[in-house]
Amino acid sequence: MKPDPARYVHGTDAPWDEFQVVGKPHRKVDGLAKATGEAVYADDIQLPGMLHAKTLRSPHPHARIRSVDTARAEALEGVHAVITGADLPTKYGVIPWTPDENALATDLVRFIGDEVAAVAAVDEDTANRALELIDVDYELLHAYLEPEESLERHDPAIHPDNKKGNISKHVELSFGEVDEALERAEAGELTLIEDDYTFHGTTHAPIEPHCAVARYSPDGLLTLWSSTQITHYVHRTLSAVLGLDPAKIRVVQPCLGGAFGGKSDPFSLEFCVALLAMRTGRPVKMLWTREEVFYAHRGRHPMKMHYKTAADAEGRVHAVDAKILIDGGSYSSFGLVTTYYSGQLLTGPYDFPAYRFDSTRVFTNKPPCGPKRGHGSVQPRFAFEVQLDEVAEAVGVDPIEIRRKNFQGEETETVNGQRITSNGFLECLARVEEASGWRERRGKLERGRGLGVAGSMYISGTNYPVYPNDMPQAGIQLKVDRSGVVTIFTGGNDIGQGSNSMVAYLVAEELGMDVAHVRVVAADTDLCPVDLGAYSSRVTFMVGNAAIDAARKLRAQIVEAVAEAWEVEPARVRLVGGRAIDLSDSERSIPTREAFQIAEVRFDTLGSTGSYNTPTLGGDYRGGTIGASPAYSFTAHVVEAVVDEETGRITVENCWIAHDCGRAINPMLVAGQMEGSAYMGIAEALMEEQEVNRFGLHRGPSLLDYTIPTSFDTPELHALIVESVDPEGPYGAKEAGEGPLHPSIPAISNAVYDAVGVRLRHLPFTPGRVLKELRAARESRAGESP
Amino acid sequence: MLRLPEFTLTRPESLDAALALLKEHGDAALPIAGGTDLVPNMKHGLFEPKMVVSLADVPELHGVEETADGGLRIGAMTTLASLAVHESVQRYPVLAQAASLIAGPQLREVGTLGGNVMLDTRCQWYNQTYFWRKALGYCLKKDGTECHVVKGGKKCVAAASNDTAPALMSLGAVLELAGPEGAREVTIDEFYVADGIVNRDVRQGELLVAVRIPAPAAGHRSAYGKLRTRGSIDFPLLGVACSFDLDAAGVIANADLVVTALQARPTRARKAIALLEGADTSGEGFEAVIAAVAAAARKQCHPLPNIPGDHEYRREMVPVYVTRTLRAALDEGGPVHHI
Ligand SMILES: Cc1cc2nc3c(=O)[nH]c(=O)nc-3n(C[C@H](O)[C@H](O)[C@H](O)COP(=O)(O)OP(=O)(O)OC[C@H]3O[C@@H](n4cnc5c(N)ncnc54)[C@H](O)[C@@H]3O)c2cc1C
Ligand code: SF4
Repeated sequence: MKPDPARYVHGTDAPWDEFQVVGKPHRKVDGLAKATGEAVYADDIQLPGMLHAKTLRSPHPHARIRSVDTARAEALEGVHAVITGADLPTKYGVIPWTPDENALATDLVRFIGDEVAAVAAVDEDTANRALELIDVDYELLHAYLEPEESLERHDPAIHPDNKKGNISKHVELSFGEVDEALERAEAGELTLIEDDYTFHGTTHAPIEPHCAVARYSPDGLLTLWSSTQITHYVHRTLSAVLGLDPAKIRVVQPCLGGAFGGKSDPFSLEFCVALLAMRTGRPVKMLWTREEVFYAHRGRHPMKMHYKTAADAEGRVHAVDAKILIDGGSYSSFGLVTTYYSGQLLTGPYDFPAYRFDSTRVFTNKPPCGPKRGHGSVQPRFAFEVQLDEVAEAVGVDPIEIRRKNFQGEETETVNGQRITSNGFLECLARVEEASGWRERRGKLERGRGLGVAGSMYISGTNYPVYPNDMPQAGIQLKVDRSGVVTIFTGGNDIGQGSNSMVAYLVAEELGMDVAHVRVVAADTDLCPVDLGAYSSRVTFMVGNAAIDAARKLRAQIVEAVAEAWEVEPARVRLVGGRAIDLSDSERSIPTREAFQIAEVRFDTLGSTGSYNTPTLGGDYRGGTIGASPAYSFTAHVVEAVVDEETGRITVENCWIAHDCGRAINPMLVAGQMEGSAYMGIAEALMEEQEVNRFGLHRGPSLLDYTIPTSFDTPELHALIVESVDPEGPYGAKEAGEGPLHPSIPAISNAVYDAVGVRLRHLPFTPGRVLKELRAARESRAGESP
Repeated sequence: MLRLPEFTLTRPESLDAALALLKEHGDAALPIAGGTDLVPNMKHGLFEPKMVVSLADVPELHGVEETADGGLRIGAMTTLASLAVHESVQRYPVLAQAASLIAGPQLREVGTLGGNVMLDTRCQWYNQTYFWRKALGYCLKKDGTECHVVKGGKKCVAAASNDTAPALMSLGAVLELAGPEGAREVTIDEFYVADGIVNRDVRQGELLVAVRIPAPAAGHRSAYGKLRTRGSIDFPLLGVACSFDLDAAGVIANADLVVTALQARPTRARKAIALLEGADTSGEGFEAVIAAVAAAARKQCHPLPNIPGDHEYRREMVPVYVTRTLRAALDEGGPVHHI
């Protein structure tokens, strides 16, 4: 039984009348260390006697391994160990229901770049040379490069154990009377817009490539430092695959150079360095090359989407019907969740009286897809927000107005049974409308320049904990020092988003301390209580609540002890500005340090724990909890784009981003997340493409060929923070790291429509594609006029 | 990180010493200037010199000076960044502009004119890691037997991708080379050949010492146009160098138009040039001339699917960039570029 969820709700008010820390722009706790180069990333770790490991990868998109001979490699001087699939036969997968990965291939290789063997040697050059000496005999199999083909046939199957052929997951859910609305549309009572939309593949491209270091100590303790965003799952999966007692494994996430979802799965290198360290008795490091990061992928799923929207003459949506084909690449990864998310997360900020989706994820012989910022919902959001603009046009309603009209409201429930609490979407719309000069400018700008709007919602974590259990989803421990320092131990993974800073602000707020006196120890399974990791935008909401929980308990003890010492009512004692003060006697005040010491005398050694768990959420049907979040964020963007009709080039000049994050704990970091999200979305729309060529080879696994915008190529981004103050968030906060990506992509398409009158329904919006659309539009106009 | 193959680095302090080292080590040695092309290519296993001869300390390769006849002599080791802003180079807008758009700011600080003239051709099937090329089965240009751009092709058509090449061609530049057999001069036009494997007429052990450009005419006009994915850093998808002299009456003489990043050698758009020659830019008919020039260039220029991206699109952009670059030259503007 889960304990009473109310336990995890701490109210939205400042602990002491006014916020001292929250709402102010503080530096990140690790900002200086990163800026000065002092921060220690996984690849900075150097241990005595450390070996370097490299991975042998498949040069074939689909093949059976007949044999692997490592003898020549093992004989090479400087080589300490060579391992293959036979050494790590246990299958795993981040979702426990779909374990279809091996650290090293056991029988089949499923994409060019799939891992086959690993070598530990005195240095990287020797390891690389050894890879050349491993002889693998492959039997080539037919490679599936198009998802449609995987639907049609499965001989040979990509995963022969899979009962559904090459289908990874199929979800079909229907809510309300969809067919009835579609029939009314057919009868002409409602407007129906129906079209196809394509979302291409994109990847995360974190600046830090994946890296892992393992040490196996003589007492049988395995320590793994890894650039992961989910320490806890790595811990669990290592234990399962290596057959080691989890009590003998410690996983630590050092400073991390970006993840965006791309470091959420357990990865081959983590198992390989662990086993190689155990085999050799030496520490082992593996640092992937940029090319290998592109093969590891787990990026945005390509989706082919067919949408129907039925709406009345006012533009009110009556039903939405979607059919989606998802290209999953070679493994399941988070695919089960992706398939649900592709449908489940569309039911806001608009009210859908009826909704149906039918999503199928298939396997192909390409690098595996997974969760990328806005997991599973960026693609359908693109399709729907473009379609909603088409509806607006068809019924003659302004695109912002139609979004207002369909607003679902606050404190409501969606058609698929998701509970909506706070909802600042209307304010988001108002802010971007105002800031962009929408009313004066939209539809009235010179040809070639246009404005487009789009909205979205996203989860602040989900109550689906990946592996079912009733333990808290987030935990915090606080340790109080006589020096006046409080140390926070958190399992939360700071991946650059600032979660370590966030917990420091919250604890400083509760204890009336200077943030500089709060230290954070994070993401170390030996030292920190479990947190489920940095994914699904759960950390601020869940870890934040746990931090308040822990700090509040501590605060009560400190106040009580000081009140006793001063012989006053506890209500008179306030912790503020690094001091404990007596509200009724301005002369009486002591530094926090003294207050801690008084409390330590009174209660013995001080410390506290806090946790968070979600209330029971979600629809009462299979999959109803996937995507059910304790709170949703809402976003609206207006993009101003210029289209060069001769070159087809789209330039985004401005992007106004209004995002409802509940409460901005640190507005500077929230704005950073909003800008970073919009940047990433715009990049996906205009430049990025993860694609394989006709040989199944990644088209260009480098940062030269996979083009991400530099600062020069980045538009003006205007972050407009909206604070709806959520009843259950930490002081009312919700997520800010993923939601603000979604609308940027459809808003560009909608702006292009305003600029030049063509609808871009297929991503990416390369200049060549835009030119083709422009030409098609010209030709169809010419065809119409006699 | 990708590893560099093992090599010895030497830093000769004179041209003779550098030439002697290259002669002594023959095939096993390669010169390095800024290294912005050679180092990535070595990491990809495209070149594996045992001896790398740095030209950084060779004084004869440094310096920019005006020649007696009013032209310019630019040392091979001149960095792209300094070339772009050098006062004397501003007399040749096409060159200053081309240099200013090569790669990104950091790369221009180390990349040199010599390295740019000597740049290896590029192809999506070639500029890849060793693993990648091995998985592919290599290609004609390196380690393999097949071309993946032209099916059944017996000749490599990797793209000339150096931005200064078309600019220098349009300015009638001459290259000063020094080799084991002594010094020689060659016009840049003769220097580039239509062979993607090595598109330069360079002999074993030879170094580029300097590039000479004749004096500009009083009415010299020129500009550079460059299409690329990111305006901040990328190689050209298309480069257009346009140069001509304008007399007092506004009539064009000595016109030149060179388009690059199509095939192994920059292409001189001859028909287009013929249309430009003698055209009166002040007359009403000039718009029609521009249109005809653009159409002629399009007809002659055939981008291949050698470098990444949509080659049909590159072809469509030929007339657009020719038109824009021509206008920019005429208006003493440019470069034509999207940032
Ligand atoms: C991300 C990126 C983007 C780039 N974008 C562009 C671009 O847009 N346009 C462009 O033109 N280039 C581009 N480049 C390529 C390169 O940066 C430039 O061409 C630069 O000018 C090369 O000069 P370098 O001095 O670094 O040459 P190096 O790398 O040192 O040398 C290049 C070649 O020339 C030879 N060489 C160098 N100097 C001499 C000499 N004096 N005599 C004989 N041989 C010599 C070397 O042996 C080598 O084969 C890019 C490179 C990168 C990494
Ligand atoms: S054109 Fe490209 S594929 Fe063909 S031989 Fe040259 S480098 Fe290789």
